Amino acid sequence: MQPFTKLSAVAVPFPQPNINTDDIYPGPLASPVVRLKKASMRDRADMGLNCFAAWRYDDEAEPNPDFILNQPPYDHAEILIAGENFGCGSSREMAVWALAGIGIRCIIAPSFGDIFFNNCFKNGVLPVRLAAEETSALRALAEDRSGPTFTVDLLAKTVTGPDGRVRPFEVVEYYRQALLGGLDEINATLTRLERIDAFEQDYRAQRPWLTY
Amino acid sequence: MAAKSLTLYEKIWNSHVVEDLGDGVCLIATDRQLIYDGTSFPAFDMLRAGGHAVRRPSSTLAMPDHSVPTKDRAAISGGAAAMVEQLRRNAVDHGISFLGLDDERQGIVHVVGPEQGFTQPGLIIACADSHTSTHGALGALAFGVGSSELAHILATQTLIQRAAKPMRVEISGTPHPAVSGKDLALAVMGAVGAAGGVGHAIEFTGEAVRRLSMEGRLTLCNMAVEAGARSGLVAPDEITFAWLKGRPMAPSGALWDQALAYWRTLASDEDAVWSRRVDVDAGDLAPQVTWGTSPDEVVGIDAVVPGPDAAPNAAAATAWRRSLDYVGLTPGQRMQDVSVDRVFIGSCTNSRLADLRAAAQVLKGRKVAAGVRAMAVPGSGLIKRAAEAEGLDRIFTEAGFEWRDPGCSMCFGSKFDSVGPGERCASTSNRNFENRQGPGARTHLVSPATAAATAVAGRFADVREFA
Ligand code: SF4
Repeated sequence: MQPFTKLSAVAVPFPQPNINTDDIYPGPLASPVVRLKKASMRDRADMGLNCFAAWRYDDEAEPNPDFILNQPPYDHAEILIAGENFGCGSSREMAVWALAGIGIRCIIAPSFGDIFFNNCFKNGVLPVRLAAEETSALRALAEDRSGPTFTVDLLAKTVTGPDGRVRPFEVVEYYRQALLGGLDEINATLTRLERIDAFEQDYRAQRPWLTY
Repeated sequence: MAAKSLTLYEKIWNSHVVEDLGDGVCLIATDRQLIYDGTSFPAFDMLRAGGHAVRRPSSTLAMPDHSVPTKDRAAISGGAAAMVEQLRRNAVDHGISFLGLDDERQGIVHVVGPEQGFTQPGLIIACADSHTSTHGALGALAFGVGSSELAHILATQTLIQRAAKPMRVEISGTPHPAVSGKDLALAVMGAVGAAGGVGHAIEFTGEAVRRLSMEGRLTLCNMAVEAGARSGLVAPDEITFAWLKGRPMAPSGALWDQALAYWRTLASDEDAVWSRRVDVDAGDLAPQVTWGTSPDEVVGIDAVVPGPDAAPNAAAATAWRRSLDYVGLTPGQRMQDVSVDRVFIGSCTNSRLADLRAAAQVLKGRKVAAGVRAMAVPGSGLIKRAAEAEGLDRIFTEAGFEWRDPGCSMCFGSKFDSVGPGERCASTSNRNFENRQGPGARTHLVSPATAAATAVAGRFADVREFA
């Protein structure tokens, strides 16, 4: 996993609440690029093509100029400042891969869909929970189309907007360390295998009906 | 000192903690996992890339559901055939049981798990699908995971996670007989909101839940995730035990008795502490129907389309405007004046035998309105057979419904089954998102009985008038 330490980048305001993972990564029929250009979405690196595809493209699979992520400076934003419950809906990790595929490394929102939130941490994308007022204030700053820089610092656990205000955020230490170090979680867990085995033996001894 | 009072969620969680990694992040042992086509491929790719084996293949059950055709199944070809074959190969390569299209037990994972008795009280069950919350209806702690988390589970039979906060949704009262588990679920959506359960696991309690059939509970827990909660739970009781007994993968004989003794301990303590509680009165609840593009945008069937000025706040008002624009409805319009083009009875929310019976009861001796295309898709091969043994398939087809093979079908727009642009569909599924059933499709979530009544009327209909 790609580590995340500190990011200084343009931020895109995306205020609509309850943006779901079908919106972020539409199914094949709802996606003009997949439908018309027969784009293969097998490879994670290609999934950015399908990001917000139902909105990002028109019916001919050409870029929709009205969609904010197609407009400068937001076409090279690396931070997305969202509304409430961003990433709700399905478990599809493709939603995170697609966002990462168009260069988004950090999402700031008052709340996130639970599964999406976890998926971010597995893929070097930092989800930052900030109070609704703070998120709105940052979003307002991001509306400046001259593309000012926002800085997200995972070492210091702060977001600094172009107004110079340093806004602290909280992140669970385990997830912070995992992101900072680019942790390979499976291999890390496998070092605990003895402990897991011992737990399971005891657990199953008390539950003899668990035969598989 | 007395032991701390705990919720059912906390009891199950605590019994699975292998190690606390700090800040409440725990390494938890998981019991069982379900696998289907789609989100499992990246997980198997990760296992291969990391050189990892599946640690406990016997705790895993695989079946195709999302990409399978539900008509002309023998003619499966192209991408769909490749998906099914790849899933089969991944399963076989790792020693995992695979229920293929030629196996009568095949169906939607969240229908088949409980049906086979694979889902049991007290277990932690994971699947790379958000509607895994369904399995909580049996008192299991079940939740959706991402593909990376699935790979972690397959390789280690554990997961690293923080406990959710316990939330209680108490549903009181005795609803009208035509008001089903789906109507309760939709009413809960309206009361809790699409984000109201974020970070929580919802336990459903109250008289209306205790009286609810297993099928109704499965529907209720299925939609917990639409309220933002990763898990839904109903404490297991005599209804649960009677339903599980004799299922192929459930314990039997002396093991059943031992399991039962443990299962009976699985209930929230009376003075357990909840981080949130919401009360819903089902007493005079009308059948429910969604009007927008979020499952919490819901009203009673006898109501009118609400206007943005009734929205709870400015952000919601903007979202409502957008929803109304997408679904093509006007505030003040009576829901029962809104006509539909399509009716879909199926999905992991409502494709069980009780659901099909409820719809068939309405359809018996009636016909689908002219201009409406309707289909019924059983949730598994066994449900299909049981329904046919009762003659339900004939009631559906004589009414003008298509009768299909099991799969996810039109719950989401696939190349086989989708709702056309601008078409309006009364659907028993769980998501009315923009484009969910096809590009430009307008979805309204309803119960199976309401779907059937709506098919007959050609517009949203009050099933209470179809006695
Ligand atoms: S029926 Fe629909 S919601 Fe359920 S698993 Fe299939 S696609 Fe997902």
